[in-house]
Amino acid sequence: MDTRVTMDIDGSPGTAEVVFHEHHDYTGGKIGMWLFLFTELLLFGGMFILYAVYRSKHPQEFHQAAMELNTLLGTINTIVLLTSSLTMALSIALLQRGKKWPSLGFLSLTILCALAFLVNKYLEWSAKIHHGIYPDSQELLNFDKGEVLFFGLYYSMTGLHGLHVLVGGIILSVMAYFIAKKPKSRFHFVPDRLKDLQGSKLILASQEGKELWRGATIDESVDQISIIVKKPATEKYLDRRNIGKLENSGLYWHLVDVIWIFLFPLFYLIT
Amino acid sequence: MGSGAIVEEQGPTVSSFLEYRGRFSGIFGWIFSTDHKRIGILYLFSLMTFFIVGVGIGVLMRLEHLTTGQTIMDPQTYNSFFTLHGVIMIFLFIIPGIPAAFGNFIMPIQIGAEDVAFPRINLFSWYLYISGAILALVTLFIGGVADTGWTFYAPYSIRTNTNVSLTLMAAFLLGFSSILTGLNFITTIHRLRAPRMGWFNMPLFVWALYATAWIQVLATPIIGITAVLVILERLLGIGIFDPMKGGDPILFQHLFWIYSHPAVYIMILPAMGVISEVIPTFARRTIFGYKFIAYSSIAIAGVGSLVWGHHMYVSGQSYTANVVFSLLTFLVAIPSAIKVFNWVSTLYKGSIDLSAPMLYALAFIFLFSIGGLTGVMLGALAVNVHVHDTYFVVAHFHYVMFGGTGFGFFAALHYWLPKMTGKMYDEKIAKIAWLLMVVGFNGFYFPMLLLGYQGMPRRYYDHLPQFHDGHVIATVGSWILVAGVFLMFWNLARALFKGKRTSRNPWGGTTLEWQVPSPPPLLNFVHEPEIRKDPYGHTGNDGH
Amino acid sequence: MTHDHGEEHHLVSYGTYIMVWLALLAFTGLTVTVAGFNLRQVSVFVALLVATCKTFLVLNYFMHLKYEQSIFKIMIFVTVSILAVFIVLTFFDVSFR
Repeated sequence: MDTRVTMDIDGSPGTAEVVFHEHHDYTGGKIGMWLFLFTELLLFGGMFILYAVYRSKHPQEFHQAAMELNTLLGTINTIVLLTSSLTMALSIALLQRGKKWPSLGFLSLTILCALAFLVNKYLEWSAKIHHGIYPDSQELLNFDKGEVLFFGLYYSMTGLHGLHVLVGGIILSVMAYFIAKKPKSRFHFVPDRLKDLQGSKLILASQEGKELWRGATIDESVDQISIIVKKPATEKYLDRRNIGKLENSGLYWHLVDVIWIFLFPLFYLIT
Repeated sequence: MGSGAIVEEQGPTVSSFLEYRGRFSGIFGWIFSTDHKRIGILYLFSLMTFFIVGVGIGVLMRLEHLTTGQTIMDPQTYNSFFTLHGVIMIFLFIIPGIPAAFGNFIMPIQIGAEDVAFPRINLFSWYLYISGAILALVTLFIGGVADTGWTFYAPYSIRTNTNVSLTLMAAFLLGFSSILTGLNFITTIHRLRAPRMGWFNMPLFVWALYATAWIQVLATPIIGITAVLVILERLLGIGIFDPMKGGDPILFQHLFWIYSHPAVYIMILPAMGVISEVIPTFARRTIFGYKFIAYSSIAIAGVGSLVWGHHMYVSGQSYTANVVFSLLTFLVAIPSAIKVFNWVSTLYKGSIDLSAPMLYALAFIFLFSIGGLTGVMLGALAVNVHVHDTYFVVAHFHYVMFGGTGFGFFAALHYWLPKMTGKMYDEKIAKIAWLLMVVGFNGFYFPMLLLGYQGMPRRYYDHLPQFHDGHVIATVGSWILVAGVFLMFWNLARALFKGKRTSRNPWGGTTLEWQVPSPPPLLNFVHEPEIRKDPYGHTGNDGH
Repeated sequence: MTHDHGEEHHLVSYGTYIMVWLALLAFTGLTVTVAGFNLRQVSVFVALLVATCKTFLVLNYFMHLKYEQSIFKIMIFVTVSILAVFIVLTFFDVSFR
C-alpha cells in the first residue's frame, strides 16, 4: 500500500514529496498461518497416535465404550461445525468483494455456530459427568481398562478441541470488531528523513493549496512523525488488510472443523 | 587484523541500531522493541544468564563426586539438581541458543532483509521464553524442584510429589516460544530474501536455520501435547500414561522422544551452520561442496526426525522397532559426516588464519567428531544394552551438546560479537580461554566415557570406590573448564565497555552482514547490498 | 522482497461454497448410515475414507488450497507425511511387542 503525501517545507519554495510505503506481505502472512496450522495438526497428531495405539490394543472395549456416547448430539455438532465453515467461507468471499456489512453478518453467524457447538458440548459432557463417567471417577475405574482409556482420550481430545472452538470464537469476534471499526492507517517517517523537517510545520492543504489545518513546529523533541488516516465506518471504506486477516482467521476456523471431521467418526461412530 | 582495504563508505548521518532512539528509552527501548537485532541481543543476554546458572549447578554436581559418600548434598537434592541442570541447559540455553540469539540478529541481514517476517511475534516469543524461564525457576520455591530428570518419564512423573506440573507448564511455554521462532524464520527465508538472493546464494547458516525451523515447527507440538497430558494425568487422573488404569508408559517415551530426539538436531544444526560460516572466512577460500552441506542440513532434519526409538532400546519396545531405529540411526550419521568432510576439505590448501573464532570452530570439529562417533556406537543395539544409562551416554551427549553446540555458540560469539556491538575483544585472552576450555572439557568428559564403559551409572549421587580416580579427574577437569568459561565471558564483557572500535569487516568475511557497518544501522542496509553468486567467493577485496 | 496485495487473489463463487457444504452434509449422512451396518474391520477404514474426502473438500475449497501456489501444497504434503511416518514407526513397536 503506497500513500503519497505532499509536504510543504516552511520557508523554502516548492514542495517535497514523501512516499509512505506500508509493508504488507499477504502471501507471507498466509505462509505463517499455515505453519501455525501445522503445529496444531501435530499437536492433535500426538493424540491421534495415542488413539490409534490404544484402539488397536483394545478394539472391543472401545466399541463398548462408544455406545455410551450420544450419536445424535455428535451428528448435530458435526452439522453445526460444517455450517459454520460455510458461513465463514461466505463471510470471506463477501469481504473480498468489498461487501462489508453482509460479510459481518455471516461472520456473526459463524460465531453463533461456535457458541451453539460449545453449548451442545456442555450438555453432552454434563450428562456424562452426571452418570459418573469422568476421569478418575469410581464408576469409570470399575470399567475395563480399554474403556477407561477410551474416556481418557475422549475427554482430553474433545476437551482440547472444544478449547480450540472457544479460542476460534474469540478470534472471530476480534475480527468482527476490526472489520466494523473505522479504517485507520498509520504511517511513520524513517528517522533520517526527520532531520530535514526540523523547524518546519505540518500543514494539511487541499489540492488547490487552500490551507485546512496547521500543526505545531517540529523541533528536536519530536523523534518521529506519524500520520494517522481515519476513515468513517461506512460500507464504502474498507481496510483491505482485514481481508488477509479474516482469511487467516478463517483458515484456523476450518482447521478446527477438519479436526472434528476426524474426531466425530473415531469416537461416536464405532459402535 | 582488518586495517580495511575498503574505506568505510557510509556518511556520518547513519546511526546504528544501538544509537537509535525509538518511542521508548532505557530498558523499555529493549523489551518493547521489535527490531530483530535488539531481540537477538535480548535473547543472547537472557540465555547466557541461564547458561551460567546451569554451569553452576553442573559444577556442584561434579563436586558431589569428589569423594565417595555424601560430599556436599543429599541424594534428593542431587536428583533435583540434575533435573534442573537438564531443564535449564536444554530448554533455556541450547534449544533457543544459536537460532534465537544469532539467527535473529544475523540471518535477516545475511539474506538482505530489513527484519524478520513477523517482528511482533518475534518479540512475543521472547516474552514466552522469559515466562517459561520464570515458571521453571519458581519451582525452586514452590512445591519442590522436580526430581524426574529432564525426561519426565511416566509413571514416576505422575506419582512424584515434587512440582512436575509447573515445570512441564514451563516446558510448554518454552516450546511455544521455539515454535514461533521457527515459524518466523521459515516465512522470512521464503519471503524476504533480497531480489537476487536465490536459494543457493544463501549462506549455509541460513540453510541450517531453515532446516532447524522446520523441526521446531513440526516436532515441538508433540512435546507440548505430551506435557499437557502428563499435567492432566496429575490433576485429573485421565489414565493415558498410568499403567494402573491401562495406560502405556512406553507410549510416553515414544511421544517424548518424537520431539526430544529431533530437538537434538535443533541444537546442533545451527551450530553446524556457524561452523560453515567461520571455516571459509578463516581459510580464505570458498566452502567445499556448498550444495552437499545445504542438502545435508535438510537430510539431518528429515532422517533425524525418524530415529527417536534409539533412546528406548531397553524400555521394552519391540525387537523389530529396535532394529528399524538402529538402522535409521546409522543412516543419520551420513549427512553429519558429509559436513565434517566438507569442512576439513575446505581447510585443505586454504591460507588458514587461527583467530579466536577459527580456534573454537576447529575445537567444534574435533569434539563433535568424538561425540558423533560415540553416538554411532550407542546406536548399535548390543553396545547400547551394555552402556545404557551410564556415564558413557552422559559423556557422549556432552561431547555433542557442549563440545559441539556449546563451542559452536562460542565460535559465533567471537565471530559476530564485533559485528553486533562494534567492539573488539582481546584476542590473546580469547585464545587462553579457548585453551583452558579445550583442556578442561576433555579432562572432564573423557574420563566419563571410560567410567561409563566400565559401568558407572548416570544420575547417581554417589559412586563405588573403583570409579573414584576417574571421578576426581573429571571434577578437576570441570574446574579448568569453568575457569575457561568465565575467562571467556569476562573478556567479552570487557570488550563491550573497553573494547577497541572495530571496522565493518574485521575478519574478511564475504556474506552480507560484513557489507554493513558494525553495529548495523536500524534498517540494516545503507546501500543496496552486493549479492554474489557464491556467498563464500573471496575476491581478494574483502577488507583484509 | 516481493509485495503482492490482497486484490490479486482468486475469487470463488458463492455457489461453489454452497455446493461444497451440501457435499459435506451428504458425506456426514453417509458416514452415520454406514456406521449402522456391521462391517467389522472395514468400518473404520470406511469412516476414515469418508473423513479424508471431507477434509479434501474443506482444504481445497474452504481453505482455498486449490488456488494457492504449489509451495503451500508441498508444505502440507511434508507435514502430513511426517505425521504418517510417526504413526508407522510407533506401530513398529506396538504391533510387534
